[in-house]
Amino acid sequence: MSDFNLPDYKQQSPEVRDRFERLKQRPVTMEVKGLTKTFNSHHGEVTALKNIDLKIHKREFVCVIGPSGCGKSTLIRILAGLEQASAGQVLLDGEAVTRPGPERGMVFQGYTLFPWLTVKRNIMFGLIESGMNKNHAEAEAREWIELIGLGKFENSYPHQLSGGMKQRVAIARALANRPKILLMDEPFGALDAQTRAKMQAYLMEIWKNIDVTVFFITHDLDEAVYLADRILVLKANPGEVQELIEVPVPQPRNPEQFLSPEFLATKKHIEELIHPPSEESDDDHLNLVRMVPVNDDVGSVF
Amino acid sequence: MSLFSVNKPLEPRSRTLVALMSFGLPILIWCMVSYVPFIWHPDMKVTDPGSVSYFRSDMLVDKETFYKEQEKAQANNAAVPTGEPANPVYLPAPHEVVTAFYTAFTTEPKRRSEAWLHESLWSSIQVIFWGFVISSIIGIPLGILAGTYDFFSRLFEPFIEFFRYLPAPAFGALAVAVLGIYQAPKIAIIFIGTFFQQVLVVANTTRKLDPALLEAGQTLGAGNRSMLFRIVVPGILPDLYRDIRILLGWAWTYLIVAELIGTSSGITWFITQQARYKNFDNVFAAIMMIGILGLTIDLLLAWIGRRLFPYQKGTK
Repeated sequence: MSDFNLPDYKQQSPEVRDRFERLKQRPVTMEVKGLTKTFNSHHGEVTALKNIDLKIHKREFVCVIGPSGCGKSTLIRILAGLEQASAGQVLLDGEAVTRPGPERGMVFQGYTLFPWLTVKRNIMFGLIESGMNKNHAEAEAREWIELIGLGKFENSYPHQLSGGMKQRVAIARALANRPKILLMDEPFGALDAQTRAKMQAYLMEIWKNIDVTVFFITHDLDEAVYLADRILVLKANPGEVQELIEVPVPQPRNPEQFLSPEFLATKKHIEELIHPPSEESDDDHLNLVRMVPVNDDVGSVF
Repeated sequence: MSLFSVNKPLEPRSRTLVALMSFGLPILIWCMVSYVPFIWHPDMKVTDPGSVSYFRSDMLVDKETFYKEQEKAQANNAAVPTGEPANPVYLPAPHEVVTAFYTAFTTEPKRRSEAWLHESLWSSIQVIFWGFVISSIIGIPLGILAGTYDFFSRLFEPFIEFFRYLPAPAFGALAVAVLGIYQAPKIAIIFIGTFFQQVLVVANTTRKLDPALLEAGQTLGAGNRSMLFRIVVPGILPDLYRDIRILLGWAWTYLIVAELIGTSSGITWFITQQARYKNFDNVFAAIMMIGILGLTIDLLLAWIGRRLFPYQKGTK
């Protein structure tokens, strides 16, 4: 990216600075302390995550971004309790996380709705697990279906829904359990650009109106900067915190901000963090030579 | 469009046509061999025995013998035997078998102690049914447990893996010794033939359930019990149903062996008995009845399956 006088991404307007001041005063919902994860592979011990420290405040929106292999999926799976940390701790409201539970809702990239259940029954699943009686759960599920605007599809099966609708149901299914934190593992990664933009807007809408903290993994820079209060940038081998960025783009967000100076500055900075210019020494490249005669009709594409 | 495009469905019309050919071709070949005299017809059917002492009307003689006797009679100026080319007794013509489909049911058994065809068929169906049901009642839960929990997988599967290589018919004598000579040992053979495969197949199907569904369940607060009954079981149900259909087909193949154990009975007994009387039209009819019965049950189950699992796209 060429320089056209972008501001420093650390420069915050007084409103934004004030908001971050207040944000850091909020109670801590989830705290990650010295989290390390090692795997045993054929090549010996591999460190996927090393010494991660992070405090996520109540109703904060945190995005995680990093090159592939930086362990961001492992991180979210440990937060969900689906995997165990090798060292360190995850605390939710001060209590240690040891196994999966409904107070940490999770939305996966692959569509994980239960294919044998209708939209309504998918949403009722967690409610019934929590001991709610069926009628009550059904009423509550209906409300959620109305909230996500899928009233017409209440009795449809997942295979009858589009990808975007499926993820909306998955989000509602997780939120129906009233989780303290919503863990999202590249939830929009499989959607086309248009649907993805719509889903981002829906998610902002949900986050604004519901008492929930969001921890969101993505590999899309625009998505991260657009959605997040703060962005955790990880680096690979081993997965370590590279930087925790406070996004200087004012809230509430809107699509016009995609071209604002703060937005571009932040994006540029993360781009440089993830793809440092020195990384050209890769042997992973094409070996092409000219295969079109110089005197061909179209001798050059330029 | 070409009839041979890789991995592309045919047009609906050619599709039906080709499917009909699947049955039509074998029947056509059978008709040709039966009705066109010069294709095979290795025997002669005697129409007039003439002077040959051991010829009888309607007797089948191979061509060589027939012509030798004919020449001999000609040389002796005796009455010349006549005949027409015919297929051996074990290859009845299609129309004879079609007739047998009806007459086999109406022909009284030769001895009073013997069963009518419909009784034989009914006895076979009962053996299959009970063998398969008993196997499924035990085998499906064990398979699901083994597929869900590594503990049960380690506990059951090595032994079952060994046992399934033991041929079910080998247990025939043992089954008779333990269970007597009537239906029970036959049901036991169907059971042995089905059960061990069933546990392994069901365990495998269970293991193939998308683990992401289980993880989603866990993050929604599902406990161990719920995971099994609210995710694993409903999650594998369509595939389980398909397994059962395939396994039921296997059970049919054990039927013939099973029915030879102890007192022979059922459709197998009918077939051997009719072969002994050289009623090969009845034999063919009975063999085809097994095929038709099996196919009908399978199509019926497939049809029910499509209604049971409306959410499953492309269930066949």
